[in-house]
Amino acid sequence: MTASDLATQLKAKFGELFAEPVAFRDEYTLKLADAERIAEVCAVAKMELGFDYLVDITSIDNYGEDPRWTVVYHLYGYGHHQHLRIKTDVSEEKSELPTVTAVWRTADWHEREIYDMMGIRFRGHPDLRRILMWEGYPYFPLRKDFPLAGKESAMPEVAFTKTTPMAGGPFVTIAGGKDTIAREPRVRIPETDALATTNRVERRADIKDAHGEGKGPGPIEPKK
Amino acid sequence: MPEVRDIQVQEPAARAAAAAQELQDMQGEKMVLNMGPSHPATHGVLRIVLELDGEIITKAAPDVGYLHRGDEKIAENMTYTQFIPYTDRLDYLAPLANNVAYALAVEKLMGIDKQLPPRCQFIRVICCELARISAHLLGMGAFALDIGAITVFLHTFTEREKLYNLFEALTGARFTTSYTRIGGLSRDMPPGWMEQVRKFLDEVVVNFDETETFLTRNKIFTDRTQGVGTVSREEAIDFGLTGPNLRGSGVDFDLRKAHPYLVYDQLEFEVPHGTTGDAYDRYLVRIEEMRQSVKIVRQCLDKMPGGPVNVPDMKVILPPKERVLTKMEELIHHFINVTQGVNAPPGEIYFAAENPKGELGFYINSKGGGTPYRMKIRSPSFVNLSILAHLLPGHMVSDITAILGSFDFVMGECDR
Repeated sequence: MTASDLATQLKAKFGELFAEPVAFRDEYTLKLADAERIAEVCAVAKMELGFDYLVDITSIDNYGEDPRWTVVYHLYGYGHHQHLRIKTDVSEEKSELPTVTAVWRTADWHEREIYDMMGIRFRGHPDLRRILMWEGYPYFPLRKDFPLAGKESAMPEVAFTKTTPMAGGPFVTIAGGKDTIAREPRVRIPETDALATTNRVERRADIKDAHGEGKGPGPIEPKK
Repeated sequence: MPEVRDIQVQEPAARAAAAAQELQDMQGEKMVLNMGPSHPATHGVLRIVLELDGEIITKAAPDVGYLHRGDEKIAENMTYTQFIPYTDRLDYLAPLANNVAYALAVEKLMGIDKQLPPRCQFIRVICCELARISAHLLGMGAFALDIGAITVFLHTFTEREKLYNLFEALTGARFTTSYTRIGGLSRDMPPGWMEQVRKFLDEVVVNFDETETFLTRNKIFTDRTQGVGTVSREEAIDFGLTGPNLRGSGVDFDLRKAHPYLVYDQLEFEVPHGTTGDAYDRYLVRIEEMRQSVKIVRQCLDKMPGGPVNVPDMKVILPPKERVLTKMEELIHHFINVTQGVNAPPGEIYFAAENPKGELGFYINSKGGGTPYRMKIRSPSFVNLSILAHLLPGHMVSDITAILGSFDFVMGECDR
């Protein structure tokens, strides 16, 4: 029973729902046309084709394409030692598909992570909440439109939200500044240099001008 | 004048009844205990919110993500070679194993995994197995430490120190090795390294025997670990456990045997598996795995072939420096490789290696070019931890350390 046979068998059970199995580097991928049927497909794969181990569920952000999300399931069977990959597309307006936790309990955490990182919801999940980021984090970080440097967000229940002034020393670049002048000002003033970071910092309007549009903080006035 | 009263001493039966009556009022009140992210026994920054009924756990909710660094997002913005140091920091107890797994995944995507020179493959196997010994030494040492057998920790760490010296001689760094490259290794073994490894292997087997003397037939250890954290075979498969955790539950499965990569099909070794699936079985599996790793490394040292250590394709491997500085073609290859990365074909692959913690898998979805479009790291510790919410209830608080230690997870890998 090779992976190719198993892929063909699964396709045979569902007919037009699946595209032809794609082979690449000895791996077989089946594209499922309708994401709503995923739980049914997975149950058949487990019960009838012996895929008793869900290796991984992944999500891909096809930014700029519609449907935007692709959810990828990696299946494996300890009996026949074969892998199978099932991919399915979900559109952004919907952003939801059925859970497979009833088929494999390991899907629980994988789906929570996909929800946390991409924002795709899983209908019927026992406890769909964020897992890596904290509860109440407003963004979905793995989306392509989320910047690599991160975005400012309020930290819940912490004593302070300002970054340490002069963290790293006087000659260290300030992370995430708008441009080089903000990142490496001629003079670092501890109270204001935290402003150049983009994360987790309150921006007070009156201090904002100090590191304004590309202007550095300026020379320190000697104390009078 | 102070008031004087006789002390009312009830007879024992009435006193017992009165005490039971007091406890009756407290029955059914559960306490929520936070086993916080900063805790000596949680093997990293793991937070578990426990609901306790006295000493028995009724609910456990692990809270992970304290070490989340966004590796998968970073991978989308880096070339494949630039990502190698990030793989060191996944399972930071066995960085060489992560390096090898990642390099093999990218090489599978590029289609050059069959073209790796034999010397490279043997050295990579040695790296993986030494990393396995290192990770298990720490895992079992920390396990014993948490249980209370503090001496074992220091014993295993003495051997780990020797391993770190070997890694430093081989890769240049004790810890964050970044040793493999796409298509080969960063450098060949230094002269005399193989003899050092042989000497180390002779010493480490003595250390395994000492560790076993401390623990394996120690009544306190067996009382604390037998029957604790039992995971049945079906549960282990259903929850996606891999590695020694899966094998401890009786599933005889090892990626090195089922889907041999590198030269594991040419090597003779056994895969230990347990019967009950309790913490003791997982401990025994790991100890035996270390012994098998020693056997594997000895075979590799005996069979070590000569030859090059890198794939001969200049577009994948950096050309030798003297040619880069004198010849135009090599200069261009070097430039393109460093700035744009290796040119991977469009497609997607999943490759998993048998890491010390379990099955470390890389799913790479590439649209061509030097950076992946999406890289998912299938982390064994993340999946192994998911069973905690199901497993802990019913155990006592003191069993938590035994269970966590026997699962041997690493938060760096779990959170990525």
